[in-house]
Amino acid sequence: MALVGNPNCGKSSLFNQLTGLRQKTGNFPGVTVERKFGTFRLSHAAAQVAVSEPVVVETTPAESPIAVSPNEALLVDLPGIYSIYPKSYDEQVVMDILANPSHPDYPDAVIVVADASNLQRNLLLYSELADLGLPMVLALNMLDIASSMNLTVNATQLAMQLGVPVVKINARTGEGKENLKVALRQVLSGDSVQPSGYFFDPADAVPDLIEEVKQTYDLTNNYLALQYVCQHDNFTFLDQPKRAKLDTLIEKYGFDETEFLADETIARYERLKPIVAKVVKAEGKTEQPVWTRRLDRLLLHPIWGYAMFLLVLMVIFQAVFAWAEYPMNWLDAGMAQLIEWTKEVLPGGVLNDMLTDGLLAGIGGVVIFIPQIAFLFALVSLLEESGYMARVMVIMDRLMRRFGLNGKSVVPLISGVACAVPAIMSTRSINNRYERLLTILVTPLMSCSARLPIYTILIALVVPDRTVLGFLNLAGLVLLGLYLLGLVGALLSAWLFSRFITRKETSYFILEMPTYKMPRWNHVGIMMYESVKSFVLEAGKIIVAISIVLWVLASYGPGDSMERAAERASVEYAAAESEVRDAAVASAQLENSYAGHFGKFIEPAIRPLGYDWKIGIALISSFAAREVFVGTMATIYSIGRDAEEDVLTIKEKLKKERNPDTGGPMYSTAVSFSLLIFYAFAMMCMSTLAVVQRETNGWKWPMVQLVYMMTLAYVSAFVVYQLFS
Amino acid sequence: MSKRSVADLKKGERAIIKSFTDRPMSLKLLEMGCLPGSEIRLDAVAPFGDPICVNIGGFYSLSLRLNEAATILVE
Repeated sequence: MALVGNPNCGKSSLFNQLTGLRQKTGNFPGVTVERKFGTFRLSHAAAQVAVSEPVVVETTPAESPIAVSPNEALLVDLPGIYSIYPKSYDEQVVMDILANPSHPDYPDAVIVVADASNLQRNLLLYSELADLGLPMVLALNMLDIASSMNLTVNATQLAMQLGVPVVKINARTGEGKENLKVALRQVLSGDSVQPSGYFFDPADAVPDLIEEVKQTYDLTNNYLALQYVCQHDNFTFLDQPKRAKLDTLIEKYGFDETEFLADETIARYERLKPIVAKVVKAEGKTEQPVWTRRLDRLLLHPIWGYAMFLLVLMVIFQAVFAWAEYPMNWLDAGMAQLIEWTKEVLPGGVLNDMLTDGLLAGIGGVVIFIPQIAFLFALVSLLEESGYMARVMVIMDRLMRRFGLNGKSVVPLISGVACAVPAIMSTRSINNRYERLLTILVTPLMSCSARLPIYTILIALVVPDRTVLGFLNLAGLVLLGLYLLGLVGALLSAWLFSRFITRKETSYFILEMPTYKMPRWNHVGIMMYESVKSFVLEAGKIIVAISIVLWVLASYGPGDSMERAAERASVEYAAAESEVRDAAVASAQLENSYAGHFGKFIEPAIRPLGYDWKIGIALISSFAAREVFVGTMATIYSIGRDAEEDVLTIKEKLKKERNPDTGGPMYSTAVSFSLLIFYAFAMMCMSTLAVVQRETNGWKWPMVQLVYMMTLAYVSAFVVYQLFS
Repeated sequence: MSKRSVADLKKGERAIIKSFTDRPMSLKLLEMGCLPGSEIRLDAVAPFGDPICVNIGGFYSLSLRLNEAATILVE
């Protein structure tokens, strides 16, 4: 079963109403378009006797199977579309499924959701689907909004006019859900009316072309034949020779697609006009809710609009940085206790070390970010649900366009402040492929929450805790400066890239402005859950794997050099307290481990930035996940594990560290700022690269991203170091 | 025939959509319900004058860029 409808018609609400929590998300096979699917019970709960053994339906080979029992239906939520002719990459998937009966998602029945407050336009899509000959039910939604706009819609009359089952629903409350299921059962058993004849028969206009396509590809439906002609390049089920054959046919009959489609659309509206006139009665003037217009006057205002947006941004930052701190501290303490406990309970040895210092520490590094991501995405989805996000896109479009981006790039850029992984996934809503790519390329420059601990510790080291201008904290200002630097870096890089990447599609920004609505809390919850899940699954597995590799690199060294270094250190510190001695031993071991050797190996390369081999180890270990930096620093400067999170201790240790060449402090202003800038720009996140690889379907763009961000980081850090020293 | 387009409307001004000057753009606009004969009203202008928000027939609002609005001729 498939759910089709215009954007903002309540399709997702209906999907959530029908499936509840029995839903999953994944990708459609072969493409990076989100595939939302779930199950629902088709028959009445009361009429059900015994649940028979669930049948496992293999949806696609790659997807995890979902259990569907005999009286349950598998529902797939297709991307919102205005017509079956795709305008973006996402939308191509709809016809790729609906035109291919052997597709695993090809529906037995289609639920077309229509917004009653704008029936004529919604019926355009319905008429196209009807002409494809798909069995369907029309779910008429938003009747309450229609009546608030002085419109009454006669569903019975509509069903008679169209010759299809029409069910009145309210997707927000779930009203009409049971009637919809009754209608679906009738469609499936074949005893319901289905439209006969075409709304628009392409054979009237181009009979020979349609006839030849039908014969060549063994089709019976004229309109489907037209889709072969118009959309064959997007049909993954057609191989290259078949596509080439269709191109020759287009050539042969001199078929002009744009011309034809515009005529088709107008012809459809002509057919629909008298139907809509019979079904929809307007009493008085049609107007959108007063609320929406009043709010728009404020939120799109040249001054107040920006002021409100800034206010919203401040609340988001407050949530991500201040409010999320409490749950983060709990998680942190909880993980520390778990590690402690595991260490004691399990027998000591290599396995224990690997489990605690490698695996559990890695998992700890992942879960610590969950609160920030949950808070951010709860707020972002609140803004989207309420309809405000569309306004933000409008007021930001002009500015974004100047840098080669789109108003829609704002959402990923804001999300990037928490984590680039879900942020990059949210670029899917940008229909222009080129602008989407640019947004993906620059989003990781936004300072994500993993950079925050690095910033905090280095700022504490060199920026005096002073108040300037009476109320501004100097350290806070520097931090704000780093975030702004990320934003400016992202915008300027986008601008530079836009000079070099040639765009194939023209950019457009036609966007429907939804009316303001109360957010549906279940949607906010689902979105929050989904983004946390994607972070844990995408970023999580990489961070955990890397932590284990790092643990190996830091725990083993060539030959017996580590043992000898440990012995030397323990002799040297024989008189010291056991704690100090253990720390010295750990530090000496790290120096002689593989990680230490790597650090010394790259020292010549990082010398111009002011770094020594110790920082080199931290750079290498945080290459795959930048959040590892602080932990490595703690180990290198032998602070001991318990003090790892204690910023003060690390700070004091780092302050005492001397530069062997100059005798001055190692972490001078120059070195610290150089490091700050380096981490602000460097692509130190394997998870982000993996997501970019998946979203762009190849290694080209993640590699470009890695190279440009690393170059930017290196050059900027070099300049900063030379300027300050 | 007038050469006025939606881009020339003043805030709050109403007009009737006549035709489109750009084929691919017109298809998008048509599919989104922007039909010749419908009433269009300029509701809001984003800061710096671009993009703009229009209302179609009282049913719903669209936002579009000035160069896109310029392809919709009105009278």
